[in-house]
Amino acid sequence: MSQLVAIVEALIFVADEPITTKLLAEVLDEDRGAVDAALTELQKEYESRESGLQIREIAGGWQIATRTELHEDVRKFLKTRPSAKLSLASLETLAVIAYKQPVTVPEILEIRGVQSPSAIKTLLEKRLIVTKGHKETVGRPMQYGTSKEFLIQFGLKDLSELPSVEDFEDLAG
Amino acid sequence: MEQEPLEQYNFDFREDTAQITAGTSDALGIKLGEFAGPLDLLLFLIRQEQANIFDIPVAKITNEYLNYIRLMKSLDIAVAADFLVMAATLIEIKSKMLLPRDPLAPEEEELEDPRKELVDRLLEYEKYKAAAGMLYERTTIEQAVFQRGKIDSDDANEEINASVFDILTVFQKILVRHRDEIKMEIEREEITLADMIKTLKRRIFEEMELNLQTFFEEMQTKRELVTAFIAVLEIIRTESVKLTQKKTFGEIILKAVTNGTGN
Repeated sequence: MSQLVAIVEALIFVADEPITTKLLAEVLDEDRGAVDAALTELQKEYESRESGLQIREIAGGWQIATRTELHEDVRKFLKTRPSAKLSLASLETLAVIAYKQPVTVPEILEIRGVQSPSAIKTLLEKRLIVTKGHKETVGRPMQYGTSKEFLIQFGLKDLSELPSVEDFEDLAG
Repeated sequence: MEQEPLEQYNFDFREDTAQITAGTSDALGIKLGEFAGPLDLLLFLIRQEQANIFDIPVAKITNEYLNYIRLMKSLDIAVAADFLVMAATLIEIKSKMLLPRDPLAPEEEELEDPRKELVDRLLEYEKYKAAAGMLYERTTIEQAVFQRGKIDSDDANEEINASVFDILTVFQKILVRHRDEIKMEIEREEITLADMIKTLKRRIFEEMELNLQTFFEEMQTKRELVTAFIAVLEIIRTESVKLTQKKTFGEIILKAVTNGTGN
């Protein structure tokens, strides 16, 4: 393993949240190409030795995390259970916001056919959505969009990784 | 995370399908699931009837929809206004479909199906319902992945920076205590702000740290207390001191910062 690969690994490990390639390059005073190559090598290295950890890209940055398959043993040790999930109403509201952002409350109501004040409150409290300013229309309603936390909690590199909403048509019909 | 979530419970997209089953006589045997809204309920009823979404048997579905709402009411479940709006929409469509076609209308003019708008909404809604299912699956997978625990340099430092509001809280606590104690104020030599700052500085740099609560409690009058409070604000602004707090709502300590020891 080259020196750079080792340093990149160390930085990803200590970083509090997913660390971007850009930040790695800046801190290490290396060009992004070199950092990218190091990241790829690191990822391969973890995979080749079937490590219990993985180097993965999430929310625009890099992160070291345990492998999905090991969750039972990890949970046994941490003594945690899967945390409470969002209600159906909250998930639907989140789906509309994720695909239609920036979107206002009346626009969400139009699609869902039901008011979602508690769902929006829950999503804001869980920092999955953020306000995106007022829409310049009658009443200047607040607009909402998804947050970085949303990408992290749903394991997404960025929003473009979400399947197109039109793809759900076949599923739905 | 220990914090109690607002609106949350475990919910399985596949297993928790709602069911309404017709029981004997007038009583409906039911297994109440959760419907995310009127469109969700409507989709469920259409699917239960195995009806084609592009050719909804409106009369039948409307009846079932209304039955469901009556059921919710009889079980004292608050029926959201949005469910009633949908009931009205269904009845409107049903009555429109019962109306005979205007014989004077030109032959070739195709009448728009009164169900069209509803069908469009249902189809649009169904996409987002499927998207919600996708998000549900993603978060389930994501919960099987763990990151390392917090380390010291994350914001888990034992000393929490106290803000002006924290000082204000301490100040108010003492002010309330004083309100009952001080029955009358006797004219006395007033201590000036400059003197108070001097005293405060001496105290901090002699002992290297000073418990704010103790300091405020030493004050005899409300005026002194106010002067002391301003002196604290002033000294934070101008001198090398910092406010620390071991835990939220804990005691606030003023610490002198000297080179080398003041991290």
